[in-house]
Amino acid sequence: MPRTSETDARIIVRNVDKRFVLRHTHSLKETFISLIRRKSLVTTFEALHDIDFEIGEGESVALLGFNGSGKSTLLKLMSGVLRPDRGQILTRGRIAGLIEVGAGFHPDLSGRENVYLNAAILGMSRKEVDERFDDIVAFSEIGDFIDTEVKHYSSGMFVRLAFAVAIHTTLDIMLVDEVLSVGDEPFQKKCIAKLRELQSQGKTMVVVSHDLDTVSRLCERGILINKGRVVFDGGSADAVAAMRAG
Amino acid sequence: MITAPQNRGFVEPGHGSGLLDVGRRRYLLSLLVRKEVQVRYRGSVLGWLWSYVKPTFQFLVFFLALGVFLQQNRNMESYPIYLFSGLIVINLFNEAFGNGTRSIVDNGALIKKIYLPREMFPVSSTIVAFVNFLPQLVVTLIVCLLVGWHPEPTQILGLVLGMLIVIVLSTGLGMLFGAANVSFRDSQNFVELIALVATWASPVLYPWTTVRKVLPDWLLQIYLVNPLTTAVELFHAGLWFPTTSETADLPPDLLLKGGLALVIAVIVLLLGQLVFRRLEGRFAQDL
Ligand SMILES: Nc1ncnc2c1ncn2[C@@H]1O[C@H](COP(=O)(O)OP(=O)(O)OP(=O)(O)O)[C@@H](O)[C@H]1O
Ligand SMILES: [Mg+2]
Repeated sequence: MPRTSETDARIIVRNVDKRFVLRHTHSLKETFISLIRRKSLVTTFEALHDIDFEIGEGESVALLGFNGSGKSTLLKLMSGVLRPDRGQILTRGRIAGLIEVGAGFHPDLSGRENVYLNAAILGMSRKEVDERFDDIVAFSEIGDFIDTEVKHYSSGMFVRLAFAVAIHTTLDIMLVDEVLSVGDEPFQKKCIAKLRELQSQGKTMVVVSHDLDTVSRLCERGILINKGRVVFDGGSADAVAAMRAG
Repeated sequence: MITAPQNRGFVEPGHGSGLLDVGRRRYLLSLLVRKEVQVRYRGSVLGWLWSYVKPTFQFLVFFLALGVFLQQNRNMESYPIYLFSGLIVINLFNEAFGNGTRSIVDNGALIKKIYLPREMFPVSSTIVAFVNFLPQLVVTLIVCLLVGWHPEPTQILGLVLGMLIVIVLSTGLGMLFGAANVSFRDSQNFVELIALVATWASPVLYPWTTVRKVLPDWLLQIYLVNPLTTAVELFHAGLWFPTTSETADLPPDLLLKGGLALVIAVIVLLLGQLVFRRLEGRFAQDL
């Protein structure tokens, strides 16, 4: 299989399967008893099956699919949170993942402390965060709440801050899951504008959203996943059409 | 063919280099330690004082029961210093080990959503325990100085060696049990049991010579090979012994035993890292 784009690929996904083992037990005793009775206490569930594609440098891809189709799982595989059971995933460059609301935020810490923690997790040095701290707070429009514990934040405020940190890191690949829909409309517009700015700088991004119109306008390419399989890979408008057609 | 892309700067996400990554990302480690320290006693009035209330009470209880009632105080010189210098070692171990074991489950929210070297958590648990331990050591040193402590350089070296043994050992065990705890929450109860045994299986409350009296030699050797016993004895040799008339019997070749204990601790650490890496791939989905 010749892959012409491989030289400037950012993400390579090769024949990836992901299975989840649903264990119905959590204690040694139960495990022991099930061993004796030779009863299986596990069921496996294949969340992703034979996923195979590449994403080139500077490409923006919308990952589409219904609830439970495996989009978040795929993003987690790309970010390294999960590992594939078969196949291989390769990435090149620094990844900033915005997977789920408040990823990497600790409820008992203030917004300020969380910004530093989250930025450090994403690979920033102390100096870098110090320099960008004011920009991050300004972008999030959190204002005085920055010194409040984040458990008192609304979910929108959570997302604002997390998004602000992620886009201010030095990154090559941006993974965005479902966060666009949590902010209010003005903030969404601001996020989209910021993502477009990143696009124009040649950053690579993978965006998951159920806001089909917005996401298809933002991304050129769309990959449609249904029950863990890629069923369409092409222009994002066509992917949305394919999804709506069912 | 498969390996070719790696040469062009491709990496497999989620495959770090374990403890080496922790060393490389010290800034993140320092923030995690700070987080831990801040979060631990949030909402309590005494706050960090609690970590001193506990050893103080523990000391008082043991001192009253063993020192006064069982009259160890009369049989041994500077028994309070003997007791306290051993207790702080065991407490350091128990806290680092216990927190390390819980660290992966406790940080589940983070581990499930974002990738970072997961070894960070047991390591930061050990550091937090060490931060907690230092003031206790300082208090012991002050008391020692007041009663005329005059250590030799080798005894100071022994203290450092003792700390190193406990730190390496508890980090290794923390990684081992912390990884197992993700699937089997029994681990953390098991570890509490070990903590209980550790306090009595080392010569903390009694002198090792009483063990020598009752155990046959081969069993005594097994007793002495326990790295914690060695660490405790190194602390006794460094803190308690120089405050006495120096007639007490310390285990022979203590520094050599210390070296051996450190080797054992390093082996445990490597084993912990190995098991951790085996199980790490499943943390995010099992938590
Ligand atoms: N840790 C896990 N253990 C077991 N099953 C899991 C786990 N994570 C995900 N799954 C299962 O994998 C499937 C795909 O989940 P995923 O979160 O990827 O869906 P999604 O496409 O992101 O859906 P949504 O649009 O609702 O966000 C679901 O059926 C889910 O139950
Ligand atoms: Mg999802």
